[in-house]
Amino acid sequence: MSSFFLPAATLWQRELVRFWRQKSRVLGVVASPLVFWLLIGYGSNDLARFYSGALVLTVMFSAIFSTISIIEDRREGFLLSMLVSPAPRTSMVLGKILGAATLAWIQGLIFLAFAPLAGVRISPAEIVVVAGAVFLISFTLTGMGFVIAWKMDSTSGFHAIMNLLLVPMWMVSGSLFPMTTAHGWIRALMWVNPLTYSISLLNYTLRLPNAMPGAWASVAVTAGFGLLLLLVSGMMAAQKSTRSAA
Amino acid sequence: MIEVQELTHRYGDRVALSKISFDVKAGEIFGLLGPNGGGKSTLFRILSTMMVPSGGGRAIVAGHDVEREPAEVRRHVGVVFQTQSLDKALTVEENLRSQGHLHGLSGAKLRERMEYAMQQLGLADRRKDLVDTLSGGLRRRVEIAKALLHRPKVLLMDEASTGLDPAARRDLSRHVENLRSNEGVTILLTTHILEEADRCDRLVLLHQGQIVAHGTPGELRSRIGGDVVVLEAGDTAALAARIQQRFGLESKVMDGQVRVEIENGHRFITEVVEAFPGAIDSVGLHKPTLEDVFVRETGASIE
Repeated sequence: MSSFFLPAATLWQRELVRFWRQKSRVLGVVASPLVFWLLIGYGSNDLARFYSGALVLTVMFSAIFSTISIIEDRREGFLLSMLVSPAPRTSMVLGKILGAATLAWIQGLIFLAFAPLAGVRISPAEIVVVAGAVFLISFTLTGMGFVIAWKMDSTSGFHAIMNLLLVPMWMVSGSLFPMTTAHGWIRALMWVNPLTYSISLLNYTLRLPNAMPGAWASVAVTAGFGLLLLLVSGMMAAQKSTRSAA
Repeated sequence: MIEVQELTHRYGDRVALSKISFDVKAGEIFGLLGPNGGGKSTLFRILSTMMVPSGGGRAIVAGHDVEREPAEVRRHVGVVFQTQSLDKALTVEENLRSQGHLHGLSGAKLRERMEYAMQQLGLADRRKDLVDTLSGGLRRRVEIAKALLHRPKVLLMDEASTGLDPAARRDLSRHVENLRSNEGVTILLTTHILEEADRCDRLVLLHQGQIVAHGTPGELRSRIGGDVVVLEAGDTAALAARIQQRFGLESKVMDGQVRVEIENGHRFITEVVEAFPGAIDSVGLHKPTLEDVFVRETGASIE
């Protein structure tokens, strides 16, 4: 048992310690979504409408920031020694994803402190539910980052994917416009976009408008997608390779 | 302790290793010497279980097949990479602790192993320092301490002294030698640095994916009878031809130099300089080095 959980725990802890020693990272991750949100929100005089989108963006930036490091870390860094250690690859994947997800979650919670500006009024008990939702989203987005990063040879490739896939995914997730007013084919895209369910999950728990699809569908899709990504990550990392992993 | 048989690896069409065979005995310091791109790193990656060979053959490390039982191999092998595998944002101690956890070590046992490894490599007073603040030589020592935590039978080191100054390099060699004598660890290292190769018990010379020579450094050097005379000249090809004609000696032309292997080289020097006045810019004589052996076997240079 300990040979599975100990490696995972040590990786998770390592993420947190590194984060704590580089606190300026928080500023980079939280500040830009905050600025976007305030500009668009005040510009359109509707802070509430863009709040969930900005929160998801914060979490996404953090997830990307953490997983992009896998690319370098594997060539020159701590991951190298993991690859030649007897620790199961799946435990390594779990530790890395949980660690990065925890960081994304913490930064999501920091962003949550600005919720009153959006007119959000929730009870302390509800905060626990919101925090749970933010964690689920953090976990899923980190899994997405891992799957992308693992196959990448260079960080510039990751940037291309971010601009061509992740940011557009975020745009058609209900973060900028609701599903109800979207054009037909965009609306179809929104239905199949897993991020739509993340935004909707937040809108539900924060009692903001445009919570759609339904609450249970939102939880189920977000969690299901996250687990799927975890599974794929584990399988990818366990593969034997005739190319060098590093 | 390490057995490699007919090992072959291809990257696409390019053959990186071609039917390599050799073995390393327990307690040996064994070197893989060759230029970059010669196949050393590929061999290192296969032996350290980072990738599996694509062209057949097998490698047994510490009694286990690297392809079929990588997990067993990993339990008995410590790996020191050419690039850094430390977390710079963590301290020496934290890096070691994480590594111990990866090997399922914890509690008092882990503390004792960490203590011992730090003692062995002279790191005890730097334990609380962030790796980021350490010199290159110290970082290498932390890498080795890290690789030793689980008491491996075999230590694999890839170009471990790259980027170190000569003093740090000698210091590293001393630590490696101590490990062998105190712990009986078998050490396989790749290098393109001659003085490091000279300190190995035995070595193989790798060139274009093939073993071109193997033996002890002394045996290898004795392949060259006598001395090596190096002549620099404007027209090296012409000089080589004239030497062949006049003395009946084979020579190698490389990088603006003509190299001749000959006994009693000092006598040859006076003869050759008098024979071709003005054709020779500079003359040098040395006892054979591993570089000379490499040049003799491949016609190429290591560096």
